[in-house]
Formats: sequence, C-alpha cells, structure tokens
Amino acid sequence: MEQYLSVKNINKYFGDFQALNNVSFNVKEGEFVCILGPSGCGKTTLLRVIAGLESQSEGLINQNNKDISLLPPDQRDFGIVFQSYALFPNLSVKNNISFGLKTRKQNKETIDKRVDELLELVGLSDHINKFSAQLSGGEQQRVALARALAPSPGLLLLDEPLSALDAKVRQHLRLEIKNLQRQLGVTTIMVTHDQEEALTMADRIILMNNGVIEQEGSPQDLYSKPETAFSANFIGTTNLFKAKRISENSLEINGSTLECKENIKDDLLTITIRPEDIKISKTGNEKNILKGTIKELEFLGSNIRGHIEVDFKSEKTNVICNFASEYILNNNIQNNSSVSISLQPHALKVVKA
Amino acid sequence: MKKSRDDYLTIFFISIIGIYILIALAFPMYAILSKSVENKDGVFIGFENYQSYFSNPALVYSIYNSLFISIITMVITISLAFVFAYALTKSCMVGKGIFRSIAMIPILVPSLLSGISLIYLFGKQGIFRDLMMGYDIYGPIGIIIAEVFYTFPHALLIIITALSIGDARLYEAAKVLRSKSIRTFFTVTLPSAKYGVISAAFVVFTLVITDFGIPKVIGGQFNVLAVDVYKQVIGQQNFEMGAVVSVVLIFPALLAFVVDRIVQRKQVAILTSRSVVHEPNKNKKFDLIMLIYCSVISVFILTIIGMCLYASLVTFWPYNLSLSLDNYQFDLMDGGGWDSYYNSIRLGCYTAFFGTIVVFTGAYFVEKSRSVKTGRSILHLLSMMPMAIPGMVLGLAYIFFFNHPDNPLNFLYGTMAILVICTITHFYTVSHLTALTSLKQIDNEFEHVSSSLKQPFYKTFFRVTVPISLPAIFEIGIYFFVNAMTTVSAVVFLYSSKTNLASVAVLNMDDAGDIAPAAAMGMMIFYTNAAVRIVYVLVTKKILVKFQKWRTKTV
Ligand SMILES: Nc1ncnc2c1ncn2[C@@H]1O[C@H](COP(=O)(O)OP(=O)(O)O)[C@@H](O)[C@H]1O
Ligand SMILES: [Mg+2]
Repeated sequence: MEQYLSVKNINKYFGDFQALNNVSFNVKEGEFVCILGPSGCGKTTLLRVIAGLESQSEGLINQNNKDISLLPPDQRDFGIVFQSYALFPNLSVKNNISFGLKTRKQNKETIDKRVDELLELVGLSDHINKFSAQLSGGEQQRVALARALAPSPGLLLLDEPLSALDAKVRQHLRLEIKNLQRQLGVTTIMVTHDQEEALTMADRIILMNNGVIEQEGSPQDLYSKPETAFSANFIGTTNLFKAKRISENSLEINGSTLECKENIKDDLLTITIRPEDIKISKTGNEKNILKGTIKELEFLGSNIRGHIEVDFKSEKTNVICNFASEYILNNNIQNNSSVSISLQPHALKVVKA
Repeated sequence: MKKSRDDYLTIFFISIIGIYILIALAFPMYAILSKSVENKDGVFIGFENYQSYFSNPALVYSIYNSLFISIITMVITISLAFVFAYALTKSCMVGKGIFRSIAMIPILVPSLLSGISLIYLFGKQGIFRDLMMGYDIYGPIGIIIAEVFYTFPHALLIIITALSIGDARLYEAAKVLRSKSIRTFFTVTLPSAKYGVISAAFVVFTLVITDFGIPKVIGGQFNVLAVDVYKQVIGQQNFEMGAVVSVVLIFPALLAFVVDRIVQRKQVAILTSRSVVHEPNKNKKFDLIMLIYCSVISVFILTIIGMCLYASLVTFWPYNLSLSLDNYQFDLMDGGGWDSYYNSIRLGCYTAFFGTIVVFTGAYFVEKSRSVKTGRSILHLLSMMPMAIPGMVLGLAYIFFFNHPDNPLNFLYGTMAILVICTITHFYTVSHLTALTSLKQIDNEFEHVSSSLKQPFYKTFFRVTVPISLPAIFEIGIYFFVNAMTTVSAVVFLYSSKTNLASVAVLNMDDAGDIAPAAAMGMMIFYTNAAVRIVYVLVTKKILVKFQKWRTKTV
C-alpha cells in the first residue's frame, strides 16, 4: 500500500544535545500511528518537526508524494491538537472551530454547516456559544479536535491529547477518538507516554527512547515480540534475566539450565518472559521447573500478581508471575507459601540488552 | 526552512520597529557622544571638552551634589515606602484602598510641582516658614523633600509587588514553628522582598539623579548635573559642554539600570515558583500603628498637593487671600497660555495612541514570533535601552541629531511629531516590559494553531492576542498619557513656540516669577491625569467586563 507520510533519517540537535537520532518511519494512508516513549525521549520534538514548527537539523519528510522537508507549517497539510489544547479563550466554541475555515472565501452558510457537522461529530452541539472557560477538560479537548479537523486536513497530529484529563474521561475519549478516526479515515499520528493508551488506540506503535526508535509494529507484536529489553520493559510488565548460551536451544540463568525455543547464537544474552507465561507447576512434568517462595501477592481482580523469590541454582532472584485468582484462593496460597513454577520454553525470548 | 509569508511580514515589521528605535534612540545617542568630543566648529578634538569640564570645580562639584541628594533621597524614600508597603500588604488596617490611591498622586503631577508647593509651605513667604528654623528651603533640603514626594509611589509599587509574592507557605511554616513576628520579619519577609527593595532603590536613585524639574525650581544655588545640562545649553548655548555633562550623567543611570536588570531577573525567578498569596492576620496594636503611620504619610502627600491647589486659587499670595480663578488666566501670562495645555493633551493622546501601537506590536514580535531569532533579540535589547537614558540627555541628543542640517529628518524639528517620538522613546522600556509580561501569560501555541489552520499571524493577533491583552494595552496607554502630561526633562529642549507644553509652561512661569499661575497649570495637569485615571477605572469596570465575558466561568 502507498505510504502517505515518510520520515527519513531525521536528526535534531538543540545546541549540543541530540533530541532525535536518525529517526525514520512510514505511515500509510488512513493509519493511526502512536509515537510512544517515556517523557523527554523526543516525541513532541518529532511531532513538531513533522508539523514544521521545529526544523530538523538533517533528514527528509515526504507527505503525499511531496517533499515537505523545508516547507513552513502554513504550507503543510495537517491539523494539530496540543497538550494544552490552546483554545482561543475569547472566542466561542463556534468561532474557535470556524477559525480555520474563513480563508477560502467560503460563504457563511457553508461555514455554519461545517461547524454544525463537526460539533455533531464530537457531540458538543449544545455548547456552540460557550467559551472555553465554561467547558470541562474533556469538552475542551473535543473542541480542539473539531477545530483541527475543520479544514479536513490530510494528517492529524495529536500531542498527548488525553494527558490532562482524569482517568474516567480519558478511557471514554480513547474510544471516541479512535472511532472518529476510523469514521473519517484521516491519517493520524498521536504522541503519548501512556502505553495502555497506545496499545488500545494504535494500528501501529513507534516506540522511542532517548531520541531513537527502539521498535515499531502492531500493538500485539510489540507486546509479544519485544526486540529490546527496553521494549519488553516499557510495554506491559516483564521479567528480564542475564543468561549464558549452552546450546542452540538451552541456556543458563543464575546457574540453572533452562530449555527454550529460540535459535541461540550469542554467548551472553538478555532473556525476557512475561508474568502470564510463568505457570504454577501442577503435575511436576512441565519444562523448566524452579522452586520459590511467595513474597507478596497483589490482587488485580481476575488475576493475582505474585512476587516470588525463586531459588536458581547459584542465587535467589525475584520473579513476577500472574496467576488466576481462583487458583490461588482455592489452593490457599499465601505469603511465604512454597510453590513450583514453570518458565514455559516458548515464552523465553531473547532481546537486545 | 523556507520562509512563509508570515515570516516575511514578521521580518518586515521587526525591521520597521528596529529602524524606528535606531532613529529615535541609537542615532541621537551617537550624535551626542560625538558632539562631546568636538569643538564648536564640529572638529574632532578628543577629550579636550572633558578635560575642561573636569578642571572646572564648579561643574565637577555638581557630581557630588547629584550623588548626595540621590543617595539621601533613596534611603529616605525606600524606608518610608517599605513601611507603607508593609502596612498595605501585611496588616489588616482599614482604608488600604484609599491610602494606596493617595500614595499614587505624585505620579499624576510634574515633579517640579512639589517644589513649588514647598516654596509656598516653607519659602520666605510660606505658611510654615518658622518651622525651617533659619534653614533655607531653597537648596538640598527642599530638593530632597520634593524628590521623596516624587519618587515615593514608584518605590511603593515595586516594594508592594515584592512583598505580596512572599510565599504564604513560608509564613505558615514560621507560625507553626512559633517564630516571633520580629524573627519572621527578618527570616521570611525581608529576604523574599530583598530584590524588590534593591530594585526600588535603584529606580529611585535614577529618578532623582536624572530629575531636572525639582532642583531647577527649588535648588537655589545648589547645582546638580541635570540642571547643569540645561544651563549649559539654554543659558550659555554651550552645546558641547552640555553634551559632556550628559555623558557624565549617563554613567550613574546606566550603572543603576544594569544592577536593576540583574536584580529583576532574580525576582522573576522567585515569582515563578508556585507561591501562595499570604493573607495577613488581625493584630490590633500593629494595625493601629500602621494606620497612624499611613495617615501621616498621606497627610504629607495631601498637604503638598493641597497647598498647590490652594495657592492656585488664591488671588495674590500672601496679600490678597481671597479665592479666584485669576491664576488660571494663562493667556495673560508668558509661557504659552492655554494653548500649551491643549498641546499637552494632544501630546498625551498621540503618545498614548502611537506609543501603545508601537510598543505592543514590538513586544508581540519579541515574544511571539517563531522566526528571525536574532532580529527578535536585537529588538528586545533596543527596547530595553531607553530606560538607561536620562530624559535631559535624550532631549539634547535629539537637538544634535534632528537639527543637523544634513539630516533628511530635519523637517521634524520643532514639530509636535518630534515631541511624540521623543516621549514614546523616553517611556518605551517600562511599557515594553508591561506588554511582555502580559504576552507571556498567553499560550505560545496560539500562533502555531493559527499557522496549522493556514491563517496569517495577524488574524490571530487581532482576533485573539489583542482582545486578551486589552487590560495591559489600556494600562500602557494610560502610562504614556500621564507621563506625556508630566514630563519636562526631554521635551524642554524640543518644544517650539507652536508646541509649548503645559509642563514646560509650569517651569517657565515659575522661572519668570509667576509662581501662582505655575501652580495653577500644574494643577490642570493633575486634574486631567486624575480624570483620565478615574475614567480608566470606570471603563475597565464597565466596558471591559462587557467585552471580557469569556473570562467568567458561568454562562
Ligand atoms: N527548544 C528546546 N531547546 C532545548 N532542548 C529542548 C527543546 N525542546 C525540547 N528539548 C529537549 O529535547 C528532549 C526531548 O523533548 P520532547 O520532545 O519535548 O520530549 P517528550 O515530548 O518525549 O517528552 C528533552 O530532553 C528536552 O529537554
Ligand atoms: Mg511531550
């Protein structure tokens, strides 16, 4: 499929500090891409470079088969929602939304119709004459979205659009924005530091760390096939171990030999395993069984997270596991109970350190 | 990145304002500097003028005199203003609003009016002349009292700001620790107000050392630098020596300016930390003492202004004390008559109108445009310069620059336009800072939103930035107007027979011995400024509220 936006080898320096390091990625038409990463990793900078609000030190940007690398923002085709929303406080909701509609000599009726349409879309038809001080955070956010969408831009840029809202509103708006995006089919890049947000909303996630793209892929891929220790750790919860190669499909962690399904080449490795891939041994016939002691149990609802001190051969190490709540309760497993766990071979993954 | 239309427009406007400041400030300053190293025929003679200046003991003595009255006034004003500000911010006394308004009165009158008032109070025919115990009000005593009156509100405003940002959490902590109030004062109040006090001290110092009106009126034989400039130029037509004295006068002003900027920067750092406003507690004894103190100061201020009012209405002091409006028959005296008053009103309006436009647009580009970084820094630097230039010096510099026969702008000389340009420039920096402060509170992303919506920046400017900034814009306009009405120092060199001004008329009538009409003209300026301020308050209350509905939370 045709690439709508392609970002090539972007470097950005602030003085001596390199905020973006050789960043390249593509976005397909209609795709919803999340740029995810810890705060300070350069997400906002990247978004602003794409918008032309910040000029890259090196690199190219192509949008819709046109080189826009050097174009000022008002000659690019995008709508943007800032973290602060930046609604014009002295203009009504209506005038905020119609702000970008008044250039092309459109007549008043067309504009009014478009404003109504957008208000309907974001569900704010009743608030048309209010000012932003009179709206809730979530409502302001939707006005900002409607304003950005008003001129029907080819690309929608969102910078942490939900971070200023409380948890309930945030969850609700996640779905709403996602549906809106699907409905309009507008190519969207959203920046966030919230992995849950990225996992639930994105078609594809671009994971960043220290100005570098760590990994990109679908939410499922990022979760189940992390390529680096950072990816594994940033998305979801995981266990990381240093390991030594024994053979192609067996390795040693803290003196204990474990079987795995990877094709191991290096001598020294980093291994990850998700908490839910660690099972309690029931028959004693499972692979990779280790003994341990429960140190703490966190009740998460249907799941219970166990912090287990595992007796590897050469030292004790803490490991996080997820168990079905039912099983733990039925078998009366408590703090200081001894358990046998199995690190399932297919779930032991090699990642870059 | 390629330049957009907005970028070109920005460069265009920044250049225009930059060129304006170059013409209105930098070139004239260059002219005065070069004049000081030339002889009467315009030949370069190095530092010869300076040598003859420093070998003239009478002239050099003015440096000591200027420093002497500036430092004494500084100490007195800061002490008085600090307690006053402390009462307004940290006590629960009644009548804070009234005290504050009274304290602002001196801003509304030309500085020399307080000198005239002192002559009526303590002069040879003064009401309280016996209180002087043989000392002469003409001289340092008179100058210092009048300067304290004149500088009091300026210091007060700065110290009030400094005291009100004192963090309430610190006061609570001090209270929880059962700190005695004296100790709280020294460990909490004073340190957090420190920078404000230093800054106020330098502002007072600069105001006094560059002030010309008061020593002119009440200085007697006591010479100071600013008066020397005037005497050299107007009295002796010795422009070169005037230039030399000006350059000497710039140094202390420049030094004070630099220190003030450094201190201000630290003050801002305190401000941005999230402090909570401190609500004072009731304390009967303390509140009573503060009330008495503020009353005494207020009586002093009201006496000075009241004396002028009375003097302006007395038919013939001290022989015929019946009241009449004879002294307001300005057309019967020398000094420009009522025309000079109307000229002042015109100057005030033009300065307010054009000054506000230039300053606010300039500050907007400095703060909000995202392109032309260097241009913006230069513009900001240029905007800060006028504060360091004494009015006398600026006025004289304008003579040298604009009156030069080869200057194509020569036609401006002697017109209202040059008075407007000079006054805008003279009061540029404070207005610039007011505008910047207000613009900094506006979200920087507005410009970005606007360009993402393909709207030119001026649309955002007119539809969003200006409406939001209306209170600051009015504040700047009023500031320009009031100062244009009261200023003497810069314009005294630049007015012509067609553009005589009220404040200059006060000076000239006083000089000619028509002291009562001088007081009357001074009072005209006071009435006008007071009326403008009152109208301003009403306007902000009524009209602004109507246009600023969006600030309210409820529909
Ligand atoms: N204008 C700037 N000048 C200097 N450093 C900057 C500027 N903008 C951002 N940075 C730095 O670049 C890094 C990335 O910033 P940003 O893109 O805002 O991070 P994120 O949005 O991922 O939290 C940070 O370390 C930040 O301090
Ligand atoms: Mg950010």
